[in-house]
Amino acid sequence: MTEILHVRDVTVRFGGVYAVQNVDLRINNGELIGFIGPNGAGKTTLMRVITGIVQPQSGRVFLQGVDITDKATHLRIRAGLALAQQIVQPLRALTLLDNVAIACGSDKTRHALKSMWVTDIRSERAQARELLARVGLSHVVDELPGTMPLGYLKRLEVARALALNPRLLLLDEPLAGLSQKEAASLADLIATLNADGQTILLIEHNLREVMRICPTLYVQDNGKSLAFGKTDQVMSDPNVRNAYLGVGHA
Amino acid sequence: MSYEITLMTTMAISVLFALSLNFITGFCGQISLGHAAFLGAGAYTSAMLSKADVPFLFTIPAAAICAAMLGAIIGLASLRVRHDFLAITTMGVGFLFVGIIRQQDFFGGEIGIAGIPSSGFGKGGFMLICIALALTFAAFSLYVRRSWMGFVFKSIADNEDVTRVLGIDVSRYKLIAFIIGTGTAGVAGALYAHHFRFVGPDSFGFVESISVLAMVIVGGIGSVWGVIFAAALLSVLPMLVQFIDDYKLLFYSGLLFAMMRFSPDGIAGLCTRLFSYIPRRVPDNGGNNR
Repeated sequence: MTEILHVRDVTVRFGGVYAVQNVDLRINNGELIGFIGPNGAGKTTLMRVITGIVQPQSGRVFLQGVDITDKATHLRIRAGLALAQQIVQPLRALTLLDNVAIACGSDKTRHALKSMWVTDIRSERAQARELLARVGLSHVVDELPGTMPLGYLKRLEVARALALNPRLLLLDEPLAGLSQKEAASLADLIATLNADGQTILLIEHNLREVMRICPTLYVQDNGKSLAFGKTDQVMSDPNVRNAYLGVGHA
Repeated sequence: MSYEITLMTTMAISVLFALSLNFITGFCGQISLGHAAFLGAGAYTSAMLSKADVPFLFTIPAAAICAAMLGAIIGLASLRVRHDFLAITTMGVGFLFVGIIRQQDFFGGEIGIAGIPSSGFGKGGFMLICIALALTFAAFSLYVRRSWMGFVFKSIADNEDVTRVLGIDVSRYKLIAFIIGTGTAGVAGALYAHHFRFVGPDSFGFVESISVLAMVIVGGIGSVWGVIFAAALLSVLPMLVQFIDDYKLLFYSGLLFAMMRFSPDGIAGLCTRLFSYIPRRVPDNGGNNR
């Protein structure tokens, strides 16, 4: 299996506190990995190391074998990453369609000066329409994000990330804040995307949905790797149960 | 007739200057509080070249290049900082520019540079050149807004961090907007110098920077037509009403405050809201970029 992402021995310290300590993580093509851990486990920090918002004190990050540790965020995205953020951040002045279309046009926005000479947006809008339909938002494409419920905006984040045609899709708590029904439906969509071949790293607190859709789990606690493997095996691991439920409940 | 020509020329120069700031602030969302420094850089370049017998038309590109280079240096240094910090940096640059000009005999010091040769096109011809340049830049602005560059600018103005996560080199786009905007301010400066035939440090101070920002905000940030209207109106108001000329900073600051409070999207926003009462069919794809 081709390796898509390799986080090698990464450590991040904030002052004297280790947010992430000697973490190693590998993701292969086509995998859907659930990344779980209690609050303060360093999940978001590790995600930020992958996207380049946080620089690790030591360790490297490889995307498809290329070292991206020193690259700026936008170059990592161009190299094949895409991120749907935990707190939805739609471009509020653009319609849902254009929120996705701008991501579809990444070839046209690669060179700033060249982008001045291109005005045609029809193909990107057509592509954006398909993506919005895929995440179940085809009926609201011309609406502004300000009028949309959270569940729709979460889907918009996913559509916008997919528009970048990523090799690895990073989803940071996409189910947070959603009702049980909405969460189940978005989780189904994530599973479908993976079934279609999309490699996904899913950070999520909603254990029920993660266990339902992710064949593989990666658990982190207090900044350290705790477990990695098949979902049922990981969840029966006493260390993981301790981390979630406290000592004595394992 | 001569008075009307002077009014029209003043208007055209102000429109060009305001549109140059609109490119940075309106399109790309970067607030600049020292834009008059770039007008000044262009004006001094053009004035000094003209005094050295360089024909007027050649001083225009020279003024643009000089102002754009200054813009590029400041842009490279300060566009990496985010949002409000650019406003502080550009305000500092504005004060620094006036401070340097004031102290250097090379630039005429406090007295400035007087006796700038005429453009050689007569008052009417010069007015037409100013109007043509303002209209050309207005057309260019309208075009850019429809292009992918304009699309990205809109996204940056909305949310820089999200734009970065979409794989877009935000710093590069911001720098380009800044260079185009400051270079155009330089062109306006060259016209200014040959319109008044005099440049001095007081013409490019903080008041001028606030005045042009007021034109952009009153017109409607990002709206080319709104900014043209507001710049044309606000540039001649002090010439028509003595009170406004006497209390320019108070008037513009008050206007800025009133607009921010009651209509943050300016006259353009007011018009849009007014016309939105009239029912009409909205095109399926929003009509943008077609």
